[in-house]
Amino acid sequence: MTAVGTRYARREDAPILTGESRYIDDLQVPGALHIEVVRSPHAHARVTSVDGSAALAMPGVVAVFTGADLAGEWAGPMPCAWPVVEDMKSPAHFPLTPDKARYVGDGVAVVVAETRVAAKDAAEAVVVDYEVLPAVVDLEDSLADRVVINEDLGTNLAYVWELKPDEAKVEAAFASAAHVVKGRYVQQRLIPSPMEPRGVLVVPQPFGGDFTVYSATQIPHILKVMLALGLGISETNLRVVAPAVGGGFGCKLNVYAEELLCVALARKMKRPVRWTEERTENTRATIQGRGQIQEIELAADANGKVTAVRVNLVADMGAYMQLVTPGIPILGAFLYSGVYDVPAYSFTCKSVFTTMTPTDAYRGAGRPEATYAIERAMDSLARQVGVDPAEIRRRNYIPAEAFPYNSAPGLVFDSGNYDGALDKALALVGYEQLRKEQESRRDSGATRHLGIGLSSYFEMCGLAPSRALGALKYGAGGWEAASVQLLPTGKVQVTTGSSPHGQGHETCWSQIVGDRLGVSPDDVDVLHSDTAISPLGMDTYGSRSLAVGGTAVALATDKVIDKARAIAAHQLEVAEDDLEFADGVFSVKGTPERAIPIQGIAFAAFQGHNLPDGLEPNLRAEASYDPPNFVFPFGTHICVVEVDEETGRVDLLRYVAVDDCGNQINPMIVEGQVHGGIVQGVAQALFEEAAYDEDGNLLTSTLADYLVPSAAEIPSFDLDHTVTPTPTNPLGAKGIGEAGTIAATPAVINAIVDALAPLGVTDVRMPASPLRVWATIQEAKSANGKGA
Amino acid sequence: MTVNGSTHEHDVEPRLLLVFYLREVLGLTGTKIGCDTTSCGACTVLLDGESVKSCTMFTVQADGADITTIEGLATNGDFHPMQQAFHENHGLQCGYCTAGMVMAAVSLLQEHPNPTEADVREGLEGNLCRCTGYHNIVKAVLAAAGSRQGGAA
Repeated sequence: MTAVGTRYARREDAPILTGESRYIDDLQVPGALHIEVVRSPHAHARVTSVDGSAALAMPGVVAVFTGADLAGEWAGPMPCAWPVVEDMKSPAHFPLTPDKARYVGDGVAVVVAETRVAAKDAAEAVVVDYEVLPAVVDLEDSLADRVVINEDLGTNLAYVWELKPDEAKVEAAFASAAHVVKGRYVQQRLIPSPMEPRGVLVVPQPFGGDFTVYSATQIPHILKVMLALGLGISETNLRVVAPAVGGGFGCKLNVYAEELLCVALARKMKRPVRWTEERTENTRATIQGRGQIQEIELAADANGKVTAVRVNLVADMGAYMQLVTPGIPILGAFLYSGVYDVPAYSFTCKSVFTTMTPTDAYRGAGRPEATYAIERAMDSLARQVGVDPAEIRRRNYIPAEAFPYNSAPGLVFDSGNYDGALDKALALVGYEQLRKEQESRRDSGATRHLGIGLSSYFEMCGLAPSRALGALKYGAGGWEAASVQLLPTGKVQVTTGSSPHGQGHETCWSQIVGDRLGVSPDDVDVLHSDTAISPLGMDTYGSRSLAVGGTAVALATDKVIDKARAIAAHQLEVAEDDLEFADGVFSVKGTPERAIPIQGIAFAAFQGHNLPDGLEPNLRAEASYDPPNFVFPFGTHICVVEVDEETGRVDLLRYVAVDDCGNQINPMIVEGQVHGGIVQGVAQALFEEAAYDEDGNLLTSTLADYLVPSAAEIPSFDLDHTVTPTPTNPLGAKGIGEAGTIAATPAVINAIVDALAPLGVTDVRMPASPLRVWATIQEAKSANGKGA
Repeated sequence: MTVNGSTHEHDVEPRLLLVFYLREVLGLTGTKIGCDTTSCGACTVLLDGESVKSCTMFTVQADGADITTIEGLATNGDFHPMQQAFHENHGLQCGYCTAGMVMAAVSLLQEHPNPTEADVREGLEGNLCRCTGYHNIVKAVLAAAGSRQGGAA
């Protein structure tokens, strides 16, 4: 029986399609109090007084608390689990700021009321006096310490992180280079924008001391630990449940003020407490992504073979360190030499505080930034050397036979065949024909320019092993856990520490387990996202779930089969080695009529009447899997655009993606991940920017201003794949959740620059809006003396 | 008003939005709220057969109307053809936009029974999805249109 590798339709769909699925705001709990956070309208301001008396007098209002009122609730500041260097600077961060607001949206007070509407109305009646201080919204301005945001830290520089394995080698490479390419790229801030905003509901049992915490989170297991530590509650009194979660993309991989507030207030008020985020809150009070200024230099020989990569980053932490804020640039630190065989490498990151919303993980998290820089620089190198962008990549790829490959940045890349993916992508898009069409358009003097952009990406996902994460000062492990149990009736129940929110883990895990046990995936139930049901877990982020969590499920299944084999051998009175297991049936080699199906063994294990001596009843096993290495999926994406020289408008004509995530469990789900990822990457290139004014006000705080693309802005995609299994895990599977986002952004911008290169354009800032593209064309023309 | 075939009568506050009436008064939580600017379409329902964003209407404006929500689409335990098409074409991931997207798609095919891909893309412009990249949603709507034509032939 082989369900793995097939386009098995999703078991998750029916409750969603009928409206039965319960997301956080769909949960109804009688008697729950609603909270509304009073947020600073200033980016940087000392809170001089908070007067809640008018709010408190309003109907339905139960309480108003300030940061000072709740100071006794916290066992410590909010957690940052990735202090990347020993001497990292970090301002103390509390759910409500007790002293000053550090970004627009920083919480200063909370209103507790009987209804949502009463809480919202009353929040507007809370009077807060501020002493407004100057905002810091520019990274280089922050670095200059013109305004020091946190007086106690003495500087806005949070940390400097370096990866310099051999500086002499880098300097020698640049000294002897035939070509040097320098690029300076701005990674604008992005708002992750899952369609479901965040929400929290805490149901206390005041006399038992227990709290059930429902949260729209990617990380129920990590959240439980952090709530216990942050609130001084015994972990045994906490149960965290992620109900149906409407997308995360990294922004629900966090521990948020509102989660701590709801638990603290449920403890204080002895009643259920809930909070539902509005979109205009989400844009300010939920983390944002990206936010870097990147300087990248390539040294290359006369043939365009890259000999060194040197990178200097300035990374925007925002106002505070959230859960893994400092680590985001570091996730890219090992990847700026991309899929290329580069012998010398140097990386420096300076991370600074600003008076804007904290940054943290957004789909790709550090890896899209790295891929963007190297893929843009490779195109610049191609132009400088005078070869085609496909050819410059070919000359530099790590060859397929070099894997496992010890990279200059220090990681071992597991497996790859970069030429294979490139060849397939070029054929799929009809590359040669497109180049001819581009040339004939150029010759004809057309003002609608054709551009072809390539992006050969890879990424590291499945963060592991735990020991390596420890060396990077990451606060958690890289393992994942699972259990597999055959129920007395022969059905299978799986628990997983992965916590899906759209990825289809229930379907994929049931395919993996079903195949191994020789039963239908429809007979395999997958439970998750509830710490009472699946107590062990490291949750879902960083494209880790299949490579790590899926492997844990597979290993637990194999343990179940081993135990079943012992029972089968006992009951058939043969040695275990005399049994074979196929299609869910143990049979004696040579006498296949002597056989027991695994369902029969499940019932025997449940009864316990006739088991081998010393064997425990029940057919259940657990596994915790800590991978020996990361996995590195890869591929080549090609974007074809038409750019109107007269209006700056960019139309996406074609988008081709060839991805390699090793063995695929469910190609339909893989493709879905790639589609969605591509659009988020395209969105960074063309549409989205969390724009701030000089006073630190977010100018794009609604979905009317922040341009999440609709179906009308996006074409259909041509997808294909290659299969290069990883030796890292027994499934041979790599991650795919972030690939599209990582690959797409440079593919689109490379296409635009390729289209406009004859006009002298070498760069266009993101998002490449018509106005920005048009202005870039005008600048290039006047610089070239061609007039505007 | 009639919702999914059942008649409801309530006295409501003038400022109560239709989406809150459906979700909090009637308990029909399948209709979602994704924004507060009528941008995302997660709250789309059918009102007298046409798609509306229920966050943009006061409940009192829907007095006497016939409303269909996602909960009212399947009949006798069978998916509506649009639900079936979304399922078969993997037109949903996290599912938060799905109710609104399906309702908008049902309405779209009522107005354009034989749409091109461009018609579908433009017709769904008011509904945002962050997971699927729209590729499989468009495929699903075109498949539903095709199967309906097939059924009529």
